[in-house]
Amino acid sequence: MWDIIISSLPSLLEAMMKYTIPLTIISFFFGLILAIVTALIKFLKPHGNAFVRSIWGILRVIADVYVWAFRSTPLLVQLFIIYFGLPNLQNFIPGFNFEIPAFTAAVIGFSLNTGAYASETIRSALMSVPQDQWDAAYTLGFSTTQTLWYIILPQAARIVLPPLSNEFIGLVKDTSLASTITITEMFQVSQQIAAHNYQPLLMYTEVAALYAILCSILTILQHYLEKRSSRYLKGDEG
Amino acid sequence: MIKIKDIVKKYDGKTVLDNISTEFPEGKTTVIVGPSGSGKSTLLRSLDLLVHPDSGIISFPNFSLNYADKITSKQSKELRAQTSMVFQNWNLFPNLRVIDNITAAPIHVHKVPKKEAIAQANELLKRVGLEKYADFYPDELSGGMQQRISICRALAVKPKYILLDEPTSALDPELETQVLEMLEELAQQGQSMVMITHNIEFAKLSADKMLFIENGEKIFDGSKDEFFNNPSPRIKEFLDAISLQ
Repeated sequence: MWDIIISSLPSLLEAMMKYTIPLTIISFFFGLILAIVTALIKFLKPHGNAFVRSIWGILRVIADVYVWAFRSTPLLVQLFIIYFGLPNLQNFIPGFNFEIPAFTAAVIGFSLNTGAYASETIRSALMSVPQDQWDAAYTLGFSTTQTLWYIILPQAARIVLPPLSNEFIGLVKDTSLASTITITEMFQVSQQIAAHNYQPLLMYTEVAALYAILCSILTILQHYLEKRSSRYLKGDEG
Repeated sequence: MIKIKDIVKKYDGKTVLDNISTEFPEGKTTVIVGPSGSGKSTLLRSLDLLVHPDSGIISFPNFSLNYADKITSKQSKELRAQTSMVFQNWNLFPNLRVIDNITAAPIHVHKVPKKEAIAQANELLKRVGLEKYADFYPDELSGGMQQRISICRALAVKPKYILLDEPTSALDPELETQVLEMLEELAQQGQSMVMITHNIEFAKLSADKMLFIENGEKIFDGSKDEFFNNPSPRIKEFLDAISLQ
C-alpha cells in the first residue's frame, strides 16, 4: 500500500504545484479585486452631480446582475460555458477567435465565481463598521475616499478575514473541477493513476489527504492573520 | 462667530428643527439643553454637516452656506475646517493607536509633516496627562481616557469650534469629572465650544450662553445668568427634573 502511495506522490505533488496552487492563488487574487470593486459599487452612494449618479446607477445594475448570475448557476456550468461554449460565438461573429486556453478559462471562471461570492462578504463587512466611524472621520475633515482607506477598510478587513478565508479554502477544493475542462490538476492525475493501478480508494483517499493538508496550512495562516488583524481589540491574545 | 438662520429639518414629515436661528459666539461656551428627543443633537450635527438640514443658512465670518442648496465636497471641507465634533461614545478609531488617532487628520487631511503632527499630538496628550498611553489602542483604555483623547483628536485639527454631543453622559461620575475638568480648562482658555450636556453644574460653571430646545423649537436663547436666576416656568420645571436625576 505504501509503495503505491509513495510512488504516486511525486506526480500528485507536481500537479498540485503546477495547477492546484497557481490556479487557486491567481483566481483568488483576481476574484478579490473584482469582489472589492463590486462591493464598493454596491456599497457607496455617490453625492456627485447627476451624471456621476447615473453612471453609478448603471454600474450598480451591472454589479447586481453579475452577482446574481454567478451565484445562481453552478460553477461547473460556468466553466463549461467559458471553455466549451464561448468558442461557438465564432458562428455569430466571424473572424474572431473565442477559443481560450484551458488554464485561462479556469482562471476566468474561478475568478468570476469567487468575485461574486466574496463581493457580498466584503459588502456585509463594510456595512458592519458603525456609521459613527464615518461621522468621526468626516468631522475631522476626511473625504469619503480617505475615510474608506484609513478607517473603514482596515476595520472591515478584520471582520471579513474569517469568511474570506473560508472562500479561499473552498476555492482550493473547487479547483478540482478544472479537471473537467482538460486541466491535469491534482484530482485529474489521481484519476489517471487509479485507472492504471486499479486502486481508486487508495488514490482518491491520498488526493483527499493532500487537499486536507493544503487546507490545514491555510487554516493555520488564517488564525495567524486573524490574530494580527485583531491586535487592537482588548483581551485578544495577539 | 457662527450664525444660523431659520434651520428646518424634517424626518419623514416630522419636524425635528423648526426655524431655529441663533449665534454661537467665538471664544465662548454655548451650552444646549433640552429634553431627550428635542432636536439638540440634530442641531449640533447640522453645524458640522453630519446632518443636512432641509433649509436654513449657516454663516461663518468668511463664508456662508445655504442648506437648501446642493453642498459640494469643497464647501463641506471648508465648513469642517472650522469645526470638530466630540461624540457621546467618543468614536475613536479602534484600529489606530492613540497617537495615530490624534495625528491621522493633521497628516492626511491638513498635510502636516508627520514629525510635527506627532510632536503636537504628544503635547496635547501631555496637557491631559495621558502621554504614556500614546502607543495604546483605544480599547485598552477607560472611557474617561478615551473621551479625553477624542477631545485631543478634535483639538489636533485646530478647529475654531469644538462641538460636543453629551461628552460625559456615557461615563461613570469619577470619569466624568476627569473630562469636565479638561473642558472647564478649555473654556477658561477661550476655546469656542458648543456643547450638549445634562450636567447642569458644568453649565453653571463654564457656560457663557444657554440654549434651551424643546420639540425642535428654541425656547430660550440667552445668558447663563438669566437662564439660571430668572427661569421661565418651563425651564424651572426642566431644571427641577434634572436635579432630581
